[in-house]
Amino acid sequence: MSHAAHGPNWPARIGLALLAFVALAVSVTLAVTIGEMAIPFEVALRALGNGLFDLGLPVSAIQQGVIFDYRLSRALMAGLCGGALALSGAILQALLRNPLAEPYILGISAGASTGAVAVLILGVGIGGTALSLSAGAFVGSCAALAVVALLSAGAGGASDRVILAGVAASQLFNAATATIVTTLASAEQARGVMFWLLGNFGGVRWPDLWMATPVALIGFAICMLHAKALDAFAFGADAAASLGVAVTRVRVVLFATTAVMTAAMVSIVGTIGFVGLVIPHAARFLVGSGHARLLPACLVTGAVFMILADILSRVLIPQQILPIGVVTALVGAPAFALILYRARNPA
Amino acid sequence: MTLAAHEVRWSAAGRLIVDGVSLEAAPGRILGLIGPNGSGKSSLLRLLCRLRNVASGVVKLDGRDIAGVPRRALAQRLAFVEQQATTEMQLSVCDVVRLGRTPHRAALASWNGADEAAVSAALERVGLSERHDQPWHTLSGGERQRVHIARALAQEPSELILDEPTNHLDIQHQLSILALIRRLGVTCIVALHDLNLAALFCDEIALLHGGRLQAAGTPEAVLTEETIRAVFGVAVSIRPGASGRPHIEYLVATDRPAEEGA
Repeated sequence: MSHAAHGPNWPARIGLALLAFVALAVSVTLAVTIGEMAIPFEVALRALGNGLFDLGLPVSAIQQGVIFDYRLSRALMAGLCGGALALSGAILQALLRNPLAEPYILGISAGASTGAVAVLILGVGIGGTALSLSAGAFVGSCAALAVVALLSAGAGGASDRVILAGVAASQLFNAATATIVTTLASAEQARGVMFWLLGNFGGVRWPDLWMATPVALIGFAICMLHAKALDAFAFGADAAASLGVAVTRVRVVLFATTAVMTAAMVSIVGTIGFVGLVIPHAARFLVGSGHARLLPACLVTGAVFMILADILSRVLIPQQILPIGVVTALVGAPAFALILYRARNPA
Repeated sequence: MTLAAHEVRWSAAGRLIVDGVSLEAAPGRILGLIGPNGSGKSSLLRLLCRLRNVASGVVKLDGRDIAGVPRRALAQRLAFVEQQATTEMQLSVCDVVRLGRTPHRAALASWNGADEAAVSAALERVGLSERHDQPWHTLSGGERQRVHIARALAQEPSELILDEPTNHLDIQHQLSILALIRRLGVTCIVALHDLNLAALFCDEIALLHGGRLQAAGTPEAVLTEETIRAVFGVAVSIRPGASGRPHIEYLVATDRPAEEGA
């Protein structure tokens, strides 16, 4: 197997890229056609043609609206969000050398939602536009990262302390969110804020994608540029430095990238747990630990997983939409337990 | 001259750990670093490869201050083997050795023939060519240390720095690791705990005590009964051993008190 990996193996790469594309296309198709209103595939195609190229094909206005403005934007957002969170998880696991690290468990998502909620409720006068909301989320996620870094450094900096620090940070920021909501929010605002606590793709519209797409793709590009450096962290920061990696610069760039990706996603869809944890492990199982393969695998697997999870959240209970975080937690919590168990009992 | 430290100092948490040490590694030879626990051996090694920055003094590689050498260029010259570095990643032996090519590859460069040749040669030199695809976590302690040395060799360094590479290994593996290091022909600076092994395998020895350099020179010059008593607080008798190198015998009372009625 490792001999096949020497040098670029173009047929295998092209095959994997095709496979990834097909998996994404199939899951988006499913997301567009499945739902309260079942829509045949060819109607979905016609609606897509109308929406993208203004073809004027015969589709009822309701179906056109449901497919193009509601389900397609929602599916693409779910894909971007799943990909970005999985990527963030893979980066955090490599940099912190802890298999349990991910934005949700480390409190970065909680920090981002505190920031978003603070902007939404305290900054009403400025106007809760998407941009300032994301800026608030970004400040919050950076603050959470800083709290985690300080706490874990104070506790000796060992990689298992990072998770404890993350738990503390998430409690802290969730408490801050709850304080802001209970003391300052109107009843209507409070209902809206519930949206951030478990994640929701319901409010997604096309303009959200104009922000999320560049963030996810540029974030992915930055991570890919550091794939070799991430491999070098396998034996710790000193080992990485002795292999010529500029440890501090790589950490700052990648932590910031993770914070921005998480903040962007949280500001649009709220906090969604466990995706960043489960997907990198599944992807490692599929393509191995080398980050040059792992990171693209995380992006695609995360996207497919989240799109499918979103379909489940819509159809699991008729007439109701489950928060997406509930679905990911149903899959993620057992996976978390499994990883925890395996980390305690190395083979 | 290759790697040389001049009057280097370094402190952590307000305590001076390395206190004005000067030493020089002769090309192609093995410099042993010995001293009691907490004498600053590991810290000094980390200063020599700039994993920590000196508070004062200078470390020079071929006469050039390493503080001004880019991290990647430095890693093409100096390789570092830690005491017992391990990982939770699922890596194979060759995955680990391939990490040694990191400083020689640009961010997006693909794996090439020169990289592959360096990895194969490194595995050959440590005698693990057959283990190429074995998972890291199934290796024994001695094998792991060999893989780390192979990873360091894949960096194609001119200087190799090893921090107690024999720690926690049984005597057979201690000897085989040190014999391996002797055969490499690379300039080595190696921290060691065992004084007899240091005497046996090192060309020069530097003795650290409380962060200061107590003595440096050939094993015969450094390992004297007086110095060992002064630094380690144990009485010894030193004679030439079968190898011709000094052999240290520890003089301690080993009698057990006579039991009642015996």
